Amino acid sequence: MMAGIILACSVVLLLQFFVSYCRSLIAASSRQTLSPEVQDVTGIQRTASGEDYTRVMQLLQLCPERPEDRNSIQAVSVYFRLLNFLRSTIARMVPTMQEWTELERGHCAYFAAVALERRISFSRDMLAEQMDG
Amino acid sequence: MGQRQGSAATDAREVTRITDGSRDGPGHGKDDQVPGPYAYTVWFVCTLLEATVLVCAVRKNAFRRYLLLNLYMAASVVASIARYNILSHYGYSSKEYLYFYYYSDFLLTILLFFALTSLYSHIFAELEVGRYIRTGAMVLLSGTALFSYAVVQQSSSRLVTHFVVEISQNLYFVGLVLTYVLWGAVLKLRETRTRLIQLILSIGVYFSMFAANYALQNLYQSRASIFEYLTPLFGCFLPLSWAYAFWRIPEEARTVPARLAVVPR
Repeated sequence: MMAGIILACSVVLLLQFFVSYCRSLIAASSRQTLSPEVQDVTGIQRTASGEDYTRVMQLLQLCPERPEDRNSIQAVSVYFRLLNFLRSTIARMVPTMQEWTELERGHCAYFAAVALERRISFSRDMLAEQMDG
Repeated sequence: MGQRQGSAATDAREVTRITDGSRDGPGHGKDDQVPGPYAYTVWFVCTLLEATVLVCAVRKNAFRRYLLLNLYMAASVVASIARYNILSHYGYSSKEYLYFYYYSDFLLTILLFFALTSLYSHIFAELEVGRYIRTGAMVLLSGTALFSYAVVQQSSSRLVTHFVVEISQNLYFVGLVLTYVLWGAVLKLRETRTRLIQLILSIGVYFSMFAANYALQNLYQSRASIFEYLTPLFGCFLPLSWAYAFWRIPEEARTVPARLAVVPR
């Protein structure tokens, strides 16, 4: 009984902390404007939609990995899946939640586009180093 | 704590078995049980990440600002090295390793508890309530200790060892509740320091993962093998997220906390 209560409280709090943590990761990138070439490649101008996420992630996987980004990209991927789950279950019955999940999915896609931008400039730097060497 | 190798609900049973002498160990006979490659790898990665937190904090001039958090990470690294030494000298099933593991874990949990109260001090710095926070932390720690003692004194002949395991588990849940209160204060006081917010949220995720893990283990004791894989992985989250916060988020970075809340404010 006691373990059940602790489990329920912990899972609810875990979800709250996890969602807020992911949003804090996303918030840091939301103020960054994308370069024209990343805008061209991804098709994202100022705001992104949830549908862009998978495509941007595929582009992201084509670039060499930056170790410092790995943790945040994984956390946001889990968050995106959680949003998809909410969208296909509870959000079908609650219209405001449908809007919220779509907005959040768009933020995830924008975060992925910013990560793509960082990876592209990281690859360029690596290439420049190799050319100099 | 960071590099837990076993599952905590089974931990208490392990303590009972070993201290009762019903299990083989160096003190009793053969010593054939050792952590597998998975456990060693996660342990090594976790220790490496803890050391990385310290390096990141020093490089970004955040060591003194978040002194207790860094002391906790330093203590975790030292405990990890000492555990490895004892493990290689006495063996995994030895009483020496077991006692060192639980007593060091107990001290690390208390240190993490104080690290959490230091985050309170950061949030309430302008209100000059540091003395009240310290008093509150001591009262809460004493209360948890008394509660844990009350739980174990009826059921255990090995009182001190069981007490150490029990108080560690209870402190995780108390830590989780305290982090939630702290998060509430962050939202209420409109705290904007991004790095501080990420440190608090990481500790919240960490405490809630462990608290949920303990509860699950108590509910499904027959499936202990699953938790043996999961628990050490959870331990890697805190150093990973703190290293990220120190390295990637500058101290000057600001965010609007109301945007981060699950329920819009």
